Amino acid sequence: MTLQTSIKRNAYYDSVTLMLLSRELQKLEGVEDLLVGMGTDLNLDLARNLGMASGEFDTLTANDLFIAAKFDDKKISMQAIEDAFKVYISRSAESESDEDYQPPSLQAAIQALPGANMVLVSVPGQNAAAEVEDALDAGLHVMLFSDNVSVEDELRLKQKAVEKGLLMMGPDCGTAIINGVPLCFANAVRRGKIGVVGASGTGTQEVTVQVHKLGEGLSQVIGTGGRDLKDQIGGLMMIQSFEALIADPGTEVIILISKPPAPSVAEKIYRIAQTSPKPVVIDFIGGDRSAIEAAGAIACVSLEDAAQKAVNVLRGQPVTDFAGFSLPDEQIDLMVENVVAKLKPDQTELRALFTGGTLADEAMKLLADHYDIYSNIPLSPEMAIENLPEGRGHICLDLGEDEFTRGRPHPMIDPQTRTEFFKSHVDGQTAVILVDVVLGFGSHKDPAGAVADSVREIRERLSGQGKDVVVIASVCGTDLDSQDLNKSVATLEAAGILVMPSNAQAVRLTDRVLQRKMKGA
Amino acid sequence: MIDIIENANKEALEIIQNGQPTLIGLGIAEDVIPGMSKDLFLHAGPPITWEKMSGPVRGGVMGGLMYEGLASTPEEAAEYAASGKIRFDPCHHHDAVGPMAGIVTARMPVWIVENKAYGNRAYCTLNEGLGKVLRMGAYGPEVIKHLQWMENVLYPVLKETIEIHGPIDLKTMIAQAVQMGDEVHNRNKAATSLLIREIAPSILKTSFSNEDKIAVLEFLNSNDHTFLNLSMPAAKATLEPAGKVKHSTIVYTMARNGTEFGIRVAGLGERWFTAPAEIIDGLYFPGFSMEDANPDVGDSCITETLGIGGFSMATAPAIVQFVGGTPKDAVRYTTSMYEITTEESRAYKLPPMNFRGAPTGIDIRKVIETQVLPVINTGIAHKVAGVGQVGAGVVHPPMACFEQALEAFVNLLEDEGLLEE
Amino acid sequence: MSVNDLFKQDLKVVNLGLKSFYSDLKSQGVRTVQVNWKPKAGGKKKMLDLLSKINKVK
Repeated sequence: MTLQTSIKRNAYYDSVTLMLLSRELQKLEGVEDLLVGMGTDLNLDLARNLGMASGEFDTLTANDLFIAAKFDDKKISMQAIEDAFKVYISRSAESESDEDYQPPSLQAAIQALPGANMVLVSVPGQNAAAEVEDALDAGLHVMLFSDNVSVEDELRLKQKAVEKGLLMMGPDCGTAIINGVPLCFANAVRRGKIGVVGASGTGTQEVTVQVHKLGEGLSQVIGTGGRDLKDQIGGLMMIQSFEALIADPGTEVIILISKPPAPSVAEKIYRIAQTSPKPVVIDFIGGDRSAIEAAGAIACVSLEDAAQKAVNVLRGQPVTDFAGFSLPDEQIDLMVENVVAKLKPDQTELRALFTGGTLADEAMKLLADHYDIYSNIPLSPEMAIENLPEGRGHICLDLGEDEFTRGRPHPMIDPQTRTEFFKSHVDGQTAVILVDVVLGFGSHKDPAGAVADSVREIRERLSGQGKDVVVIASVCGTDLDSQDLNKSVATLEAAGILVMPSNAQAVRLTDRVLQRKMKGA
Repeated sequence: MIDIIENANKEALEIIQNGQPTLIGLGIAEDVIPGMSKDLFLHAGPPITWEKMSGPVRGGVMGGLMYEGLASTPEEAAEYAASGKIRFDPCHHHDAVGPMAGIVTARMPVWIVENKAYGNRAYCTLNEGLGKVLRMGAYGPEVIKHLQWMENVLYPVLKETIEIHGPIDLKTMIAQAVQMGDEVHNRNKAATSLLIREIAPSILKTSFSNEDKIAVLEFLNSNDHTFLNLSMPAAKATLEPAGKVKHSTIVYTMARNGTEFGIRVAGLGERWFTAPAEIIDGLYFPGFSMEDANPDVGDSCITETLGIGGFSMATAPAIVQFVGGTPKDAVRYTTSMYEITTEESRAYKLPPMNFRGAPTGIDIRKVIETQVLPVINTGIAHKVAGVGQVGAGVVHPPMACFEQALEAFVNLLEDEGLLEE
Repeated sequence: MSVNDLFKQDLKVVNLGLKSFYSDLKSQGVRTVQVNWKPKAGGKKKMLDLLSKINKVK
């Protein structure tokens, strides 16, 4: 096995391009291992830890590209690897070559686009704060997709934004729909009268999708980033956005979505809700509903329920908790009976593999009463996945979390990570697999297809042991998304997957199946 | 608060914008080039020794020695060159510029260009044409013979031609050419045509035989790049006076010697900032590849330094066939050069850029801040002397040149006590 | 320009980072420009220091 490295100075490629490229190059015959990346400290450490760095790596800067390859030099050469790199880059650049000018800086871009009013920042975290500051100084609103931005920076930037009456959505804000334009990871939904402020990406997506399904539309969907409602930030963006929606003539009903905020922050939100002339629906996922109701707002039992209630209140219809199923109970019971019948006695475990963090969180909260679920985003420290006795028990993973996305794209962009977890985490003791399938802008072109393929593989593997497994999914998408909701559902069902109309219902069905299994066992 | 750098740069740009490069005649190198002598060989790029010279440059030196009669075989020439009996110095140190190897020896005829606005002059040899030529490092008998023809026939005819015609305004000629599809570095067809048209009647009026006049006209006509050896000294003459402006961060020289790339910055005087010249990743003629290429060589990027050449690529869409890419790429290159320059040229207007003036006045601060490097259109020479051109492409100076210059600049300001604590 | 003002305007987006965000906007006919982003001064600390010094000329 030969190890060789190659360096290209002053060559910048974005992280997603590089990661997808890396995957392609790994497929080359004769390549055992391969690392492609910019010379950031993180990547260099990774290379060194993998024993793939060379001496000249010490001279690399964040603006240089390196390729490190371990290969069988009888089957392939470093030259061939570099040629493949060039072909791949030029293929992705081909669509670029006859394209528009790309100014080298924010300032240049503002000159090139007179009237620019929004900056979307997804550069590496350590550089992001400076760019956001420049954007706010220039009087532009900001959506900050990048994470790894410090709390201090977030606070300072949000204070500046509020002072100037500007949006600073983020950091780690993945979803927004402003003036009907989906930004980053968002679904194609119709325009309408319901406004949303969300501190959770896929939570926001789920709510918008459900509103659309019910036939209503969205006026504005504003993201705040996951840390906004913590003490240190004090809900600055949530409050500013909430007030903007109250003042917005296009918005008649407001939905707020977040994990339970810090008490002092919740206080501020309730105060505004109390005096709001427009109905406010609040889903503090798993939070205390009495405080919400005391503030004169409408509490929810799930993201789907939040959407339903907002639609009902908009239509002047009665507002009640939706904690059941869309399908008639008899149908649900039959479904459950059928699938449980196929399970063997030792199949008792849940494997919930999510690409959306909020959906995973909602799932765990809905199941918390009946099950001990271990997770990388546990509801309490004891339930951390590291504590799981010999890996035997119920598991719910957020595959979009940092530890799983080091050097790889987010699983919503590239299903590969979840495909691997299907292989590694599903075995003969799995009863139910629960997944989310997120469509829309930013997502992979066929997430349902990837899941269906994996499920077929699993069934084949388990049939060797004479076993089958129950797979339950929900699709967070609409008929307007390029991946097409109906097509995606059909793809999943063709692989024998039970598709529920929302995450909450998928979780409830999971609960039914597990309960039935425990009783029958 | 007065910003001395901004003011200095304004002054430098004013000098550049005011330049009036004018062809005033021809002369023999040792008669007209300052400091020229029989034992001095000028070359392109920053200072270099024989030991460090690359193939084509060595070939040019060896050919030059045989042309001067200082050696009669290539082996003798190589020995002579290594012996220390001749000195080497950059063309740039003698108000001259040379394309590719850029070798200038005592007997060679040169164009004389004067910047009428400031009185300074610049010199450049006459372009030999294509094929096996001295500037590509060829040194065979046919090369020497051709150089002798240029000295004995071409030069006297052209010298008398310009005397009869009178001075030629090169600024106006270049301004016209860039509106006719030329960028006057790698694309000179229109400019060469304008030149021939301008001087043809005067050639006929000279005292030489019809045979000679015909030979001269045919030679000029056979070589599209005749004008390159005028656009280069025109740019040099325009930029040189700006090189004296203290505290200016404007680049007034970019040049390569086949081994290193060098720049000079106005506020840093005559200091060179060098780094290894790059191998051009361009389009290679069939049968050739990057493996055959010599590192970047030549003073011709003095055109880019002025804002023409590759900086004006948008105005010469035909060049993209040569260097790879689409006309839209050419526009993008030029557009990006505005990010690192200071003003738009008042003289050289580019129709495909809605007649915006060419991007002029490279500022080292902007290069480093934006990480956008100047773009240079260039021919690529074979690394073995004399084989000739093997391709063409787009090349950039090494970032290191600008970084070193910035560091030196800040040190200078510190030494002068001009920086706030 | 406040948040409510933004709601009345056509969105014009400058994208710094992942190209796919820009492509998605373009495909929807939104006025947008992709910045060919590189860390300022290539992220090189020495150069950033020099640049900040040079911007502090008396």
